[in-house]
Amino acid sequence: MSVFVFVETFDGSANAVSWEALGAAKTVADAFGTDITAVVFGKNAAAVATQAGHYGADKAIVCDDATLETYRLEPYAALLTKLVEEQSPEAVIAVSTSQARELLAASAADTNSGLVTEAIELSAGDGSITVIRPAYAGKVLSQTTVSTPTRFVTLRGRSFLPNDPDEGFSVDVTTVDAAMNEDDIAVKIESFEAEVGKVNLGDAAIIVSGGRGMANNPKDAPADAEDAEIWKAKDGYENVIQPLADTLGAAVGASRAAVDAGYIPYEHQVGQTGKNVNPDLYIAAGISGAIQHQAGMRNSKIIVAINKDGEAPIFKLARYGIVGDLYQVLPILTEELKKRLGK
Amino acid sequence: MHIVTFTRSTPDTAAKVEVDGNGAVSWGDAATVVNPWDEYSLEEAIRQATNVKGDTTVIAVGGDLHNDSLKHSLAMGVKNAVRVNADGLDMTDSLQWASLAAAAVNNIDDCQLVIFGKEHVDVGSDQVTYQTARKLGWTMLSYVSEILELDAEGGTIKVEKTVEQGKQILTAKLPVVISVLKGINEPRYPSFIGIRKASKATIPEWTPADLGIELPASSITHDAYNNPPPRDITSEIIEGETIEEKAAQLVDKLLEEKVL
Ligand SMILES: Cc1cc2nc3c(=O)[nH]c(=O)nc-3n(C[C@H](O)[C@H](O)[C@H](O)COP(=O)(O)OP(=O)(O)OC[C@H]3O[C@@H](n4cnc5c(N)ncnc54)[C@H](O)[C@@H]3O)c2cc1C
Ligand SMILES: Nc1ncnc2c1ncn2[C@@H]1O[C@H](COP(=O)(O)O)[C@@H](O)[C@H]1O
Repeated sequence: MSVFVFVETFDGSANAVSWEALGAAKTVADAFGTDITAVVFGKNAAAVATQAGHYGADKAIVCDDATLETYRLEPYAALLTKLVEEQSPEAVIAVSTSQARELLAASAADTNSGLVTEAIELSAGDGSITVIRPAYAGKVLSQTTVSTPTRFVTLRGRSFLPNDPDEGFSVDVTTVDAAMNEDDIAVKIESFEAEVGKVNLGDAAIIVSGGRGMANNPKDAPADAEDAEIWKAKDGYENVIQPLADTLGAAVGASRAAVDAGYIPYEHQVGQTGKNVNPDLYIAAGISGAIQHQAGMRNSKIIVAINKDGEAPIFKLARYGIVGDLYQVLPILTEELKKRLGK
Repeated sequence: MHIVTFTRSTPDTAAKVEVDGNGAVSWGDAATVVNPWDEYSLEEAIRQATNVKGDTTVIAVGGDLHNDSLKHSLAMGVKNAVRVNADGLDMTDSLQWASLAAAAVNNIDDCQLVIFGKEHVDVGSDQVTYQTARKLGWTMLSYVSEILELDAEGGTIKVEKTVEQGKQILTAKLPVVISVLKGINEPRYPSFIGIRKASKATIPEWTPADLGIELPASSITHDAYNNPPPRDITSEIIEGETIEEKAAQLVDKLLEEKVL
């Protein structure tokens, strides 16, 4: 009858966003008069469970089976569903990463439980959990209540605070067996190619984004460049955006216009058909601020716009704006930040 | 082999969407469009069906608002369209939605592959994708950035999947449900002839009774929609003689805001 929190692991370490779910679960556990159980699958699950204890889990259920080493939906969902059926938790909560989104949805379907996703606020009581979540790309907020015996909730990242970790807290760990054998799992991972050094837009505290304006690089493209415009924009991301991002420890974003023009891969796209982000600081350079771009970044705490067109809609959304050429402003801003931040 | 794909009509992404005096979500007289993520799944369904010489059906779950996106799908080149609806269906209840979706897929012969777009821009959720797969009891492959091989005879599929940390190559036994990412293909525009043909099509409607199921009890209650609180921002354009001066001022302000 506990509250389950799914703690995500990758290659033996916890995904730190999971601690936000432990923070949010406290409200729910208190309302239901129960405790919190971290559910941890994969390599080093026991060590991750200890860490989960520091962040507020009272108990943990761990499974370190070889079939669970790299996340796959089938074996993960089979085990989570089995645990939910056996233990009837009051709720199952996780931060809405791509993994947790599908895992919780699957297990909610298996157990015919209600599911609400992408909560930005949450309250509990009287046998139910009520959440506020954005809909229509954040243009409206929807309030939804789930009251099935087990209530599944995913949380939008960076919307709930983790508890301060305390190494004095210990956790009561139970080890369980996997629910599926390798032979029964239909999906096989043939290979994996890691993208190194990639800062994840979803959990970045600072994002620096470039848009179509990146093409107006004053540098000349080399004569052998296949496409001068793309070369210029790419050079800009590499030598103007990236140094600023590195100085700030930020992730690099982009508008769809920049992605569609081939300046930067799709993984960087922010907006309605890209990533939804809510960093503390979002710097938009050479981005006009179309409504579909806003849909993905309007909840950033502080927005800074750099655009040479003083009438660009992005300035209406921005807390601070500099009207000017990004190719002049950003390098100077980077130097100033290096000085002031002592880098 | 029969390939099934899903679509829905969503308000144009540029539309002003707000909650009206009756507490309902309204987008005025703005048009609806095919859910933008579905353009890629529709295109992929057509291409894969062409490769395996199979049939295609597009399904919408919900009210007749969704006929527009079904007709768009037909105009693109999907062979058949059907809409599934039920009295008392709550479109925001993903378990009801997925139960209808799965029953509809089961009602189509020889379907081995279901293709969804990444998510729905209106609800901002992709949960129905996974829940449909579970209700079918099929394997789910999400965030597919490329279908490398679809072997209808051998009953296998090989895909590239994008995960937060990189790319995986996965193989699985059919039948599977997949969701595809933008960039998997260049969606085609419907042809003129396609649009004309589709505009005349009548779209059959299946009810739970036709599918031999009952609509499951609701699993959530939708209480209210609200407009987000106005963003309380005063915008400030940083002025200064030189760029250096502006940059220094901006850094001062950002330090004050404690976001660095
Ligand atoms: C269904 C749908 C979904 C969409 N989804 C998304 C999405 O997810 N994300 C997204 O971003 N867009 C999305 N769009 C596209 C969106 O409508 C805009 O087309 C896009 O955001 C524009 O990108 P941009 O601001 O980079 O380009 P533009 O609108 O062309 O703006 C470029 C800006 O750069 C400025 N500029 C140029 N040169 C310089 C310079 N040297 N220094 C400073 N400023 C300069 C210009 O003044 C201008 O304001 C979507 C559209 C549709 C229809
Ligand atoms: N479990 C859920 N699944 C999908 N949508 C949900 C869920 N809970 C609430 N919603 C809301 O349902 C609304 C979608 O309404 P509609 O456009 O009529 O389908 C959105 O506002 C969502 O916020």
